[in-house]
Amino acid sequence: MIDAVGNPQSVLVLGGTSEIGLAVVEAFASDRPLRVVLAARRSDRLDAAQARLEKLGCAVETVEFDAAAPETHTEVVRAAFAGGDIDVALVAFGLLGDNEVAWTDVDAAVQLAQVNYTAAVSVGVALGKRMTEQGHGSIVALSSVAGERARRSNFVYGSTKAGMDAFYSGLTEALRPAGVHVTVVRPGFVHTRMTEGLSPAPLSTTPEAVAAIVVDAVRNRRELVWAPGPLRYVMSALRHVPRPLFRRLPV
Amino acid sequence: MPNTSLWGWGRTAPTLANVVPVRSAADLTAALAAAGPRGVIARGLGRSYGDPAQNAGGTVLDMTGLNRIHSVDADSGRVVVDAGVSLDTLMRAALPFGLWLPVLPGTRQVTIGGAIGADIHGKAHHVVGSFGNHVESLELVTADGRAHTLTPADDLFWATVGGMGLTGVVVRATLVLHHVETAYFTVDTEQIGSLDELMAAQSVDDDKYAETVSWFDAVSTGARFGRGLLMRANHATLDELPPKLRRDPLRFDAPQLLTVPDVFPPGLLNKLTGRLFSELWYRKSPTRHGAIQNITQFLHPLDILGEWNRGYGPRGFLQYQFVVPLERGDVVRGVLERMHAHGQVSALNVLKRFGEGNRAPLSFPRPGWTLCVDIPVNDGLGALCDELDQLVLDAGGRHYLAKESRTTPEAIRRGYPRLDEWRKVRDAADPTGVFTSDMSRRLELTH
Repeated sequence: MIDAVGNPQSVLVLGGTSEIGLAVVEAFASDRPLRVVLAARRSDRLDAAQARLEKLGCAVETVEFDAAAPETHTEVVRAAFAGGDIDVALVAFGLLGDNEVAWTDVDAAVQLAQVNYTAAVSVGVALGKRMTEQGHGSIVALSSVAGERARRSNFVYGSTKAGMDAFYSGLTEALRPAGVHVTVVRPGFVHTRMTEGLSPAPLSTTPEAVAAIVVDAVRNRRELVWAPGPLRYVMSALRHVPRPLFRRLPV
Repeated sequence: MPNTSLWGWGRTAPTLANVVPVRSAADLTAALAAAGPRGVIARGLGRSYGDPAQNAGGTVLDMTGLNRIHSVDADSGRVVVDAGVSLDTLMRAALPFGLWLPVLPGTRQVTIGGAIGADIHGKAHHVVGSFGNHVESLELVTADGRAHTLTPADDLFWATVGGMGLTGVVVRATLVLHHVETAYFTVDTEQIGSLDELMAAQSVDDDKYAETVSWFDAVSTGARFGRGLLMRANHATLDELPPKLRRDPLRFDAPQLLTVPDVFPPGLLNKLTGRLFSELWYRKSPTRHGAIQNITQFLHPLDILGEWNRGYGPRGFLQYQFVVPLERGDVVRGVLERMHAHGQVSALNVLKRFGEGNRAPLSFPRPGWTLCVDIPVNDGLGALCDELDQLVLDAGGRHYLAKESRTTPEAIRRGYPRLDEWRKVRDAADPTGVFTSDMSRRLELTH
């Protein structure tokens, strides 16, 4: 149960090795140890994540999860809830891909679409069902500002995030009557493995800073947040820039 | 399917449940038989601050429809009432017979079932103990649908008293009320300049009064830190009443002036308004002895405002109430100092000296000091309360479950060393764990 001041007791991370996902768990766990379920493919990184959280006093379970296999997702979510209620579920998996490959190679494009969009939808459906049954809970979907207006340099990834963002924004409304809260998070450029080697965009941020925003959003039941916050106004302006000008912008 | 969003009086952590109205024994049996995997809990008037009368994804029984007063015996003081009857209703019915409910908490909007489940206490605790002490017998329907008549000779009786509804559903109780000549109090109020003097004064001659409580100012700093009011009263006898009141001495004099609308912005209670409130509250009651006051004036000043909990704004608020042993009165000051250090404001601070506790393993009162503070929910509150928990638990104290909304299972285990004894009796009465609530899940009261 999430208590009166917003402390959850259990957190599920789908994409259990995600740096932002783990930073969110650590931010919650810095106040109180949690029961954590990490859903990811088996790897050394997953073992390391488990060890790191156990050091903080968390009880950690892992569940095998392959985002590219949507037919398994209902079962993955069922297994994640087997140990008891999940108070907060983070949808934190995704691929950035190489845009120039992705828009010219069918397999690469479809892989991005499946992992970032199809899988996000299939786990979203399963999470919505379980949380409706338990009568409470919070779902956090890590979207991206890249989905707000597709840019030439990053539009395949951007299109997948636009889709998942729209799905979770709708899910927010669909689950409201069930007492389940959904938060869509739109980070900008975050310094992680995913963006290693890329030159950072303006207003770049860190997983820890995104985590602080997510924790605040869950505690205050916010439905849509940007990380960092001022990106909200930047993106709001960028959405209305005419195309001839937009394509010349260094974004 | 779950269809109703429920929360406690603090309006903090709503969850969805399937609410089933219970108006008869048949309704109850049917609801228990239909219980799903997420279980059942009974709910009265929702005055617990946290989540004991919520059951996310499960069934919540609305007991307020089971509301008959079956009998009132003016001579013996015995009343037989359904669990959904409120203390307010019972008082109005019993007063004309010269009968008085010995245990009245800060509000009368509490059901008999809730009063037993939380083993509530009032300003008379040092003399009369808590609610369970005045229950002669109770009828409990357990998970198998069977009704049991329990008396203080039964372990299950004491597991139900203070058991937060987790042993079964109380449907009826026989209470023993006290006799009074009037519905009024003779009140002695003292303005006292500091917290230490306030506690010292309360320790001297409490036993001369039927009801005692103190309020103090936790907002003002420096010389006025902890200044307060000590309010102590006895039931007024007929001769003590002025002639005008003597004509109708048992009149139930408890007006409700207005209902607070649901439009308050967050942050309305801040240092400025808190200080203003504290100043007014302190000034309104100069030292005075022998004043005649009615029920609302002395016992329930907040009942004048309906739905006053809305005044704390959309994030809700919590009441932090604990008891520490008498010799650890220093914790009261420690708690206030921590609150100051964190910049948290509480305008309503109620301090009382408890008398003896009873046999119930989860009953809250024990000999000691109990302090209750109201704090609106804000970002630093969780961290402050975690610190306060350490102070309280290290001093051998504990939390009041009817107010609790954010502590840990570990804190309850430490505060209630007889928790396992209670669980054993509970588990025998409900082996499959039908009775469950958001609180029991959050604090791991049941398995």
